[in-house]
Amino acid sequence: MKVLNGVCMNLRKGQRIGIIGESGSGKTTLLKSILRILPPNGKIVSGKIVYDGKDITNFSEKELSRIRRREIGIIFQDPMAALNPVFKVRDQLYDILRYKLMEEGVKPTSQMLGEYSLELLSDVRLPDPERVLNSYPFQLSGGMRQRVMIAMALVSANKLLLADEPTTNLDVTIQDQILKLIHRLVVEKNLSTILVSHALGMVNRMTDEVYVLYAGDIAEHAPTSEIMKNPLHPYTQLLISSTPRLSSVGVGEGIRGKLPDYREPPQGCRFAPRCPYAMDKCFTVKPRVIRQNNDHHVACHLYE
Amino acid sequence: MENASILDVSRLKKYFNTPQGIVRAVDDVSFSVHRGETLALVGESGSGKTTIGHVIMGLYAPDAGKVLYKGKYDLSIPIRRRPLELKKDIQIVFQDPGTSLNPKRMIKDIISLPLRVHKIDDGVKTYESVAKILDYVGLGTEYMFKYPHELGGGEKQLVAIARALAARPSFMILDESTSALDVSSQAKVLKTLIRIQKELSMTYLLITHDLGVVRNISSRVMIMYLGKIYEEAPTERFFSSPLHPYTKMLLSSVPTLSEEDERIKPQGVESVGEIPSAVNPPTGCRFHTRCPFAKPICSQRDPPDFILREGHIVRCWLYE
Repeated sequence: MKVLNGVCMNLRKGQRIGIIGESGSGKTTLLKSILRILPPNGKIVSGKIVYDGKDITNFSEKELSRIRRREIGIIFQDPMAALNPVFKVRDQLYDILRYKLMEEGVKPTSQMLGEYSLELLSDVRLPDPERVLNSYPFQLSGGMRQRVMIAMALVSANKLLLADEPTTNLDVTIQDQILKLIHRLVVEKNLSTILVSHALGMVNRMTDEVYVLYAGDIAEHAPTSEIMKNPLHPYTQLLISSTPRLSSVGVGEGIRGKLPDYREPPQGCRFAPRCPYAMDKCFTVKPRVIRQNNDHHVACHLYE
Repeated sequence: MENASILDVSRLKKYFNTPQGIVRAVDDVSFSVHRGETLALVGESGSGKTTIGHVIMGLYAPDAGKVLYKGKYDLSIPIRRRPLELKKDIQIVFQDPGTSLNPKRMIKDIISLPLRVHKIDDGVKTYESVAKILDYVGLGTEYMFKYPHELGGGEKQLVAIARALAARPSFMILDESTSALDVSSQAKVLKTLIRIQKELSMTYLLITHDLGVVRNISSRVMIMYLGKIYEEAPTERFFSSPLHPYTKMLLSSVPTLSEEDERIKPQGVESVGEIPSAVNPPTGCRFHTRCPFAKPICSQRDPPDFILREGHIVRCWLYE
């Protein structure tokens, strides 16, 4: 399966970008490629990933592991994938905190670890942090697990924070608090962030720039407020019009058809078979990226 | 028949015994569902909204209170003891179509089961009826010979809707029916649900936490928090002048896409605190622990209904 199809992205220090698209559009694959944690059958066939001035595409597992632990925090969609089911939350938190303190040249005492982890858990608004520390992941609710994972990710995020649907299991009032917390830490630590989500409202709130991913292609990218007000690519337009609003009634028609089979993706524009404006050319020629006003980039033949 | 009720719930209570203590999932709740409307029951986890849906379906027996359907059926009777015509008349669509459709059955078998159980006979072959129903929800007849795993999330949910419709109900419970879907599939499912309602005068009880969906499909809204209903209003009014501090907190927490949406959000009610445990819910108004306007009375006495104009009801001491 050829999932990602020549993706180019550029993330500056302190910049917050969002990647949006339907499930199956390659968002998570992109994130996993950056971290080099693709499943065994996944391979980066070409291209490179430059992180902090270094080409990490061919870094060894050991070098990568150091970066992941010390510099990059990751929040996954499914907390069970990130938490070890056979260790208590305490052990898992202590483990990363001990590592962090040692890196900082501090000899961790158990009192220090205890206080630090209680503070972390209250930061992510977990009620009864003592009980959470003494629990195994399966003893917590989905929302609680998600917050434990966010707490862990925020410990190791010193340069980059990657978040894949970070708040899907949370209630909206709790989500609001967590988004504020993430925002505060991102500003304090001047973190660069990549937020992957299909929740456009959250992306609108949390990012400066948006990339729209469709079937492994970047369809469009622009500053967040620009793209939300003035989407150019038909795919982005349909995504935005399908999102229910608070202020008015009327949802769009959705998007006809479904994502292509990645074993034989369409020639030309991968969105053409579902596009209401598709022309003959769209089925044969892959559109190049065209730069419009306001730093708006779109890959669509309509704008040539 | 405008405003005639199809379902009347009065003083409903449902408690669960757990090792931690008694969970008061639904604690003295009364409301009516009008014929042909979409009533949205909105709340976060632990609010009891799903429990109410399950009581109506007969999956749980209420501990107190009355649930009366069409003025004559007592819904405190569990599902297996309900008469067939009642079972047929109330259908439910669950959140996750991945687990609510039998993975080993073809779509045609999934949809023809209710036809056989309820002996629905159009004078045509069963499979012709199935084809008609599939067509009606916007899926082609080619779906008949597919299995659930061959379908996308939105398509599976349309099959679940088709299965519910096959029984020809007059009342449908939509339990987070679009929550697991992408916005694009969600839009298609919502459009289909709205069309079904118009064409068949269907009544919906929409159980959800998504206020954007509520705005687009419901005619009336009820807000639940920890087992109690705190506000009830026609949709338009609900969004233009929300009253209960919890409602305001909910609305102001929704991340939005546009400036118009941003303007509708109430100001000055920032989300704080955690939803308390339903085992030992706060005394008085259950929201007082998170409420920025709480007065001494709020922790002592449970607020009664304050009825304002146009069917707007709020349970909050601020409106005494």
